[in-house]
Amino acid sequence: MIEHFNYSYAYYEYYYTNKYLGNGVSSQTLIRSFTMEQNPVVEVKNVHKSFKSVHAVKGVNLSILPGHFIALLGPNGAGKTTLVEMIEGIQKPDRGEILLLGKKWSGNEEEIHRNIGISLQETRFVDKLTVGETLKLFASFYRLNNSRVTEIIELIELEEKRKAYVQNLSGGQRQRLALGIALLNKPRILLLDEPTTGLDPNARREVWAILKKLKEESKTSMILTTHYMEEAEQLCDYIIIIDKGRIIREGTLDQLLNHEINHKTIEFTLETTTATAELFIPCNFEIKYDDLSGKGSAYINNMETELPELLSYFRKKDLTLKNLECRKNTLDDLFTSLTGRHLNE
Amino acid sequence: MNRFSQYQLFQLTLAYFKEIVREPGVLFWGIIFPILMSLGLGIAFTKKADTERNIAVVSVQDEGTAETNSGLSRALSRFGEKNISDEGDFAEYKISIPNEKLGNTIFLLQEMTWDEAMTGLKRGSVNLIITEQDHHILYHFDPANPDAQLSYLKLSYLFDKDTLPLSNTSEYIAPLEVQGTRYIDFLIPGLIAMGIMMSTMWGISYGIIEKRSKKLLRRMVATPMKKSNFLIGMITVRIGMNFIESVLLFLFAWWVFDIQIQGSIPAVIAIFIAGNVAFAGIAIFISSRTAKTEIGNGLINVVVFPMMLLSGIFFSYHNFPESVIPYIQKMPLTMVADGIRSIFIEGAGFAQVSVPLIVLTSIGVVFFTAGLKMFKWY
Ligand SMILES: Nc1ncnc2c1ncn2[C@@H]1O[C@H](COP(=O)(O)OP(=O)(O)O)[C@@H](O)[C@H]1O
Ligand SMILES: [Mg+2]
Repeated sequence: MIEHFNYSYAYYEYYYTNKYLGNGVSSQTLIRSFTMEQNPVVEVKNVHKSFKSVHAVKGVNLSILPGHFIALLGPNGAGKTTLVEMIEGIQKPDRGEILLLGKKWSGNEEEIHRNIGISLQETRFVDKLTVGETLKLFASFYRLNNSRVTEIIELIELEEKRKAYVQNLSGGQRQRLALGIALLNKPRILLLDEPTTGLDPNARREVWAILKKLKEESKTSMILTTHYMEEAEQLCDYIIIIDKGRIIREGTLDQLLNHEINHKTIEFTLETTTATAELFIPCNFEIKYDDLSGKGSAYINNMETELPELLSYFRKKDLTLKNLECRKNTLDDLFTSLTGRHLNE
Repeated sequence: MNRFSQYQLFQLTLAYFKEIVREPGVLFWGIIFPILMSLGLGIAFTKKADTERNIAVVSVQDEGTAETNSGLSRALSRFGEKNISDEGDFAEYKISIPNEKLGNTIFLLQEMTWDEAMTGLKRGSVNLIITEQDHHILYHFDPANPDAQLSYLKLSYLFDKDTLPLSNTSEYIAPLEVQGTRYIDFLIPGLIAMGIMMSTMWGISYGIIEKRSKKLLRRMVATPMKKSNFLIGMITVRIGMNFIESVLLFLFAWWVFDIQIQGSIPAVIAIFIAGNVAFAGIAIFISSRTAKTEIGNGLINVVVFPMMLLSGIFFSYHNFPESVIPYIQKMPLTMVADGIRSIFIEGAGFAQVSVPLIVLTSIGVVFFTAGLKMFKWY
């Protein structure tokens, strides 16, 4: 309960200060938004889910306001799919409550289904139906006609593939089709589970472009799961990092990178081949070193004092540098600092 | 059902129809294969081909005396045509017993050692062994093998009476070639029943399990789609396809073998639909939970295989022990095959097939309901 309260507090604070007041929105819009935004479209309260031997989701709270894009960022096995499928009504939570548009799933399936659009982590559509036929079939579930199908085909840029069998689509085209199906009914809540996993960078950017356009043009709220930090950064206003079934950090990109991690990362490569990880233990700051590749990372808090200190340490130990660079922190750095692992592991 | 739901059902049916007719295997396994089977079996069992039997001749005495003196070698040279085999050591005789109405019987008698003859008997390449003892011909064969018995009867008749068997009885044999009594008349209803079972069981089970394993099922039910529409669409398409397959098979058999329906056509349609309902119900029950096609294959085989074996599709189940026949007759495939047969051949109508109609429909409804109760959409 307390957890939930804290979370909501952080979220609303972010919401009012950063997004509206900072952007010079007129007070009228602001008031209207205030009243409208009182009702989150998705609320997840202290939800738990276990499988035989795995406690996959351990007490997650979150709520999403209309028009917001939220990322669930976490490595494989973090519990993202389980959480999203509980929100989608596909799995039932062992404990806790989930409300969509203020309603519980049970008894409101029909209404909720009308208002959500989903793309599962892996769905393979019928191989021997064309893109157009597949969309038309799903459109019939929502009482939509062919003109909506055409609109969607334009949106997902599959005009040339309208008459192609699904089996002849590339991975990226299939994902765009799945996205198109999710968008058919102009959903108020869009739930996408790893929409770009396994795609090459170009195909990934095409999916992103569709979602960015959607964000500009509609009021849809979105929950997207991913283990690509770039995807969360590019598309979402609010990022929830989850690991081992728990939310470990959340906030805007800026909050997460500038307030959550107080270090900078310096990466270096050594010419000297005899160095070992133990060599760096006496340093005043954390250094990770891999003696196979000769690459290391130093996490320092104050560039002005600690960088010279690092360099003099190298000199003292007779280590020759091949390369050294200071780079911006990423969400992966944050994740690593919190868990000791990487997002893509 | 409102218009919107009808439109949904129409789209589901159409999509499933397209999905299966675009699968190249459908045309072959559903239509061409049964026709080829009826053609092959129909011709094989209708035409009176020559019957050829291999008989082993084992000389127990040493060769010199056997060749010249024995009754056996005299009989052989009297009725048989002698060929010296390539090896030159052993002689081969050919005895033909011609018969216009029953087809010719040809015996190939080969000299060989006892061991060779026994091996041949075990392998089934020889069905009778002839030896000679004290100037009498001895016949060795498996008494449980009716074919060997027949060979024995014909050969012993020939050797003992010194005349060709069956030559004077021929005029008393009146082969029945009336419609409805031929093997093909028995076979076609069986093939139609088997087609219904196979297509429905494989088509529906596989369609459901595959969609479940592709996670398409859960994607579809995460929309306002009505679940019943999904299943009804699938069953409708299957019944429609089965109808086309059965009609084509029937038309082919009518054209080539002059098969007729002697009883009521509406009754045939009713038993056809009841059979479809029964197997569709079983198929949905079988595929209600698993997401693995391998498990589905196993389950389908468990159901289909005993019926294929026992239900008298190719040969009458009346050869099975009396005690199991009542059980065989209660199997759905038997009910469909017997039902269609009785209408096709015996001229039955609704009254005669009312029990199978009710039982088959009930089987379908019970399994469908149970399957739906445990159905795993996610
Ligand atoms: N149906 C299931 N049965 C057993 N374990 C499961 C099942 N689904 C997920 N899990 C386990 O729950 C954990 C979370 O899985 P998942 O939600 O798929 O993670 P993610 O989507 O973040 O990769 C994993 O350890 C996974 O093995
Ligand atoms: Mg997942």
